Amino acid sequence: MSTTSPRKHSRMNSILSHAALVLASAAAIYPVLWVLKMALSPGQSFDSSPSPIPEAISFEHFVAVTSHSDSAGTWLFGHQLYNSLLVAITTTAVGMMLSCTAAYAFSRQRFPGREAGLTAFLLTQIFPGVVMMIPLYILLDSAGLLDSLVGLVLVYSTTSVPFCTWMLKGYFDTIPRDLEEAAIMDGAGPWTTFWKVILPLARPALAVTALFSFMTAWNEFILAATLMNDESMFTLPVALQRYVGEYQTDWGSFAAGALLVSLPVMLLFYGLQKHLVGGLTAGAVKG
Amino acid sequence: MLLLLTPTAEAEEVTLWHSYRGAEQQALDAVLDDFRSVHPGWTITALAIPYEVMASKLTTTIPRGNGPDLFIFAHERIGGWVKSGLLASLDEHVDESERALFLPQTLPPLQFENTLYGLPLAFKSTALFRNKKLVAQAPTSSAELLDIARRFSKEDRFGLAYQSDSFYFHAPWFFGHGGELFKTEAAIDYNGQAFVDSLSFVSRLQDERLVPAEATGALISSLFNSGKAAMVLSGPWFTGEIDPSVDFAVSPLPTLSETGLPASPFLTDEAVFVSAFAKDGGSALSLARHLAGRESALTRALVGRQVVANAAAWTDPRLQQDPILSAFRAQLPTTVAMDNRPEMRDAWEPAQLGLKKALRGGTSPAAAAAAAAARYRAITRPVPAKASAQPYIVLAAVAMLAGLGLLLRWTTGVVRRGEARSALRSWTWAGPATLATLALVFLPFLVGLVLAFFAHRQGDWTFVGMANFIDILLSRSYGPTQPMSFYFALVVTLLWTVLNVALHLGIGLALALILNRATLRLRPLYRVLLILPWAVPNYITALIWKGLFHKQFGAINGFLELLGLEAVSWFSSFGTAFFANLCTNVWLGFPFMMVICMGALQSIPTDLYEAAEIDGAGWLSKLRYVTLPLLRPALIPAVLLGTVWTFNSFNIVYLVSGGEPDGATEILISEAYKWAFTRREQYGYAAAYAVLIFVILLGWSAISARLARQAEGNA
Repeated sequence: MSTTSPRKHSRMNSILSHAALVLASAAAIYPVLWVLKMALSPGQSFDSSPSPIPEAISFEHFVAVTSHSDSAGTWLFGHQLYNSLLVAITTTAVGMMLSCTAAYAFSRQRFPGREAGLTAFLLTQIFPGVVMMIPLYILLDSAGLLDSLVGLVLVYSTTSVPFCTWMLKGYFDTIPRDLEEAAIMDGAGPWTTFWKVILPLARPALAVTALFSFMTAWNEFILAATLMNDESMFTLPVALQRYVGEYQTDWGSFAAGALLVSLPVMLLFYGLQKHLVGGLTAGAVKG
Repeated sequence: MLLLLTPTAEAEEVTLWHSYRGAEQQALDAVLDDFRSVHPGWTITALAIPYEVMASKLTTTIPRGNGPDLFIFAHERIGGWVKSGLLASLDEHVDESERALFLPQTLPPLQFENTLYGLPLAFKSTALFRNKKLVAQAPTSSAELLDIARRFSKEDRFGLAYQSDSFYFHAPWFFGHGGELFKTEAAIDYNGQAFVDSLSFVSRLQDERLVPAEATGALISSLFNSGKAAMVLSGPWFTGEIDPSVDFAVSPLPTLSETGLPASPFLTDEAVFVSAFAKDGGSALSLARHLAGRESALTRALVGRQVVANAAAWTDPRLQQDPILSAFRAQLPTTVAMDNRPEMRDAWEPAQLGLKKALRGGTSPAAAAAAAAARYRAITRPVPAKASAQPYIVLAAVAMLAGLGLLLRWTTGVVRRGEARSALRSWTWAGPATLATLALVFLPFLVGLVLAFFAHRQGDWTFVGMANFIDILLSRSYGPTQPMSFYFALVVTLLWTVLNVALHLGIGLALALILNRATLRLRPLYRVLLILPWAVPNYITALIWKGLFHKQFGAINGFLELLGLEAVSWFSSFGTAFFANLCTNVWLGFPFMMVICMGALQSIPTDLYEAAEIDGAGWLSKLRYVTLPLLRPALIPAVLLGTVWTFNSFNIVYLVSGGEPDGATEILISEAYKWAFTRREQYGYAAAYAVLIFVILLGWSAISARLARQAEGNA
């Protein structure tokens, strides 16, 4: 970045950066290595030493978790993985659609009720969920949306929409208006401007909010466990919670399941990474 | 609810809920298959529900007709369930001769106010496990037990391992010192001699290092399996955790040498219950009978390793000769059944508090017991007097009318100023999101608001007006400077929120800035590694962090000792316990801010940096004059909502410090949860807490909305 500095200076910089990143990564990984140790240790026999390296390695927990089936032979893990993916992807799609349009309006248009709308979004996040569970249950029951993935998608999307809207609005605010004005001069309507100009420019923010929406739906289990009864309708985090018993927890399987659950998130993030770099703004403004 | 529990026609449907897994689930499946082969026309659906959500699911679903016809659960909640009308009485359907089929100790726990509500399947209590290589003969008295323990214990080896800070596992010492349930109005007489003596007994165990401190189930099995614990006090479930290479035996608990009384553990019945809303109670009952019957009991014992309650099953030699099952059977006569009255559940938190306080040391057992008694008084606060609802209804009506009036004035204003078209256009963009959010968030919110004016005890709602708010704000039970008072929790919550958000943002931004350097190698790898804490479900990583902070076995103390520093007892004082919570939450939360910052950094045109460099700006001034101001619009929503989420995030406190010491690290939301779920479901009180939290955050969001507007003005 700093072309004026001598090479030595930039090498020093690079060493420091790597040192900081290695340190941070080590801190990030260490507890996760513990999860891996629990997952790989056979039986319940992981030792309590501080070393995160297992003494013996066995894949029995991974096998047990992935092959989980009911007595009728239904492959529950497969069903639950499918449910989880379906719910998380639909939530992301619905949530993004709702919040992109709303954020665009809040960012670019001045209209009566704008302030109130933005505040309302914020208010929805600040009331603690502790007393909302039962009313929410009754609401979904009356709508016939219990034990249905549609109900779950609806609840999750509305949970993530306020944040996504605020986040995207903040980002849209930073996009220079000259580009849109140019498009409008060329005769583009608001929809075309939004679709062809704003959204491509907002790619980094879209990636961030998509990841957030996905995570909201992907890791949640309390609501899912309350709204779903049938094991084949469970999402993976609910299924995972089954390994926690009254007196005893099957840590090996829980850890194996937790790692499997985090794998798609990592993959998604890896895929989204390229949208997080090289924002188009600079080039676009110049061009 | 009137029910005819007699089977009607053939071709019935019965739904059964349970939380079994592994071998127990296998046994249940086999038993259900037997039933299906006898009743081919019936549809039997068995659903496995996670244990942690089972109780709350039952109370939510059954009254709305969405619950099971039958369910299997421990007996201790019967009282509350009966009062909420969830259970069908079995009194008239199960006569004396049928009751005689079960071991006599297993029936009283299933009766509430002299009525029978379930059929016992299995029973659970603790007993003494021992490694036969290390302890040849089971101790019969506590003096013998201590002798063996003293000989074996040194450094990281312990004579006895058990979850000493849990009252469930502590119960044998309480009853062994002459304790009784409901000797006084409270289930446990905290200031009585038995409770105090039992606390001195365990503090001695711990001071002599005969038992490991802060022992969790995982730690205990690890110690026993590696031969570092000679004896373990645990229940039948522990058998499944023992390594096949360990030669072990189970025997009943010894008698207390001081009193000559047996150390009696709690007895829990696992029973099958018929829902009061069962579609066909008769069919449900016949399935329940099948589950509890002799043949099924044998399968459950031999396949599922359950200690079954069916008396006839015990005539089978395979059960009689099973050394483990018969040891728990031998423990049964000296157990104390967990009381099924709702009042019993109130006794739990104070007992736990006293126990942990005594184990932490520094206070006398008597003082710890007194603290428990004080906590009991606070959580069993009397129901406030019934208030008249009229003034509130009038007030609410006036507020609604005023609201409607304002809305009308606003709308006519919009129309008059000719802004209606632009409003309509914009709201077609913003409307769908707003509507969806309003429907699912505001309706439940209104319900919550209304609840705050009621007191709730076991299905009884009383309108109490402002009494909940007044109680909380005057902090009647505890002084404002003591843990558990609203003000103390408020200060802790503010500290918690400010530190967390500052650290999340600081670390997240720093890492994002480093990762933003285009020339950096291995960027994709670092990025993926650094979001790990966000990606792995935090239930497990939070518990791992708790383990890292363990006093004797935690890696953090190990590291400190390596540096020649003294080990810290992390959960014994407020500062260190708060630090443990904070570390965990910072670890969990920084990746989110990092990702936000990574996205936001992309909105800064590189030519601005180039311009700054031409002006001779160093990295610090570039950060201050270019990066930060331009990040503001994107960061404000993240910080604003991050603050709100941190303010309301109860699970890390719950999982890591559990509020230790003495509830000092509880934040407002975790207090609210305790009132709603563990302190006899005082939903109204919890809702009042929630409303107060709402008001506080409303103030915060008003301030930050102003900041956001300023940012908009600058942009």
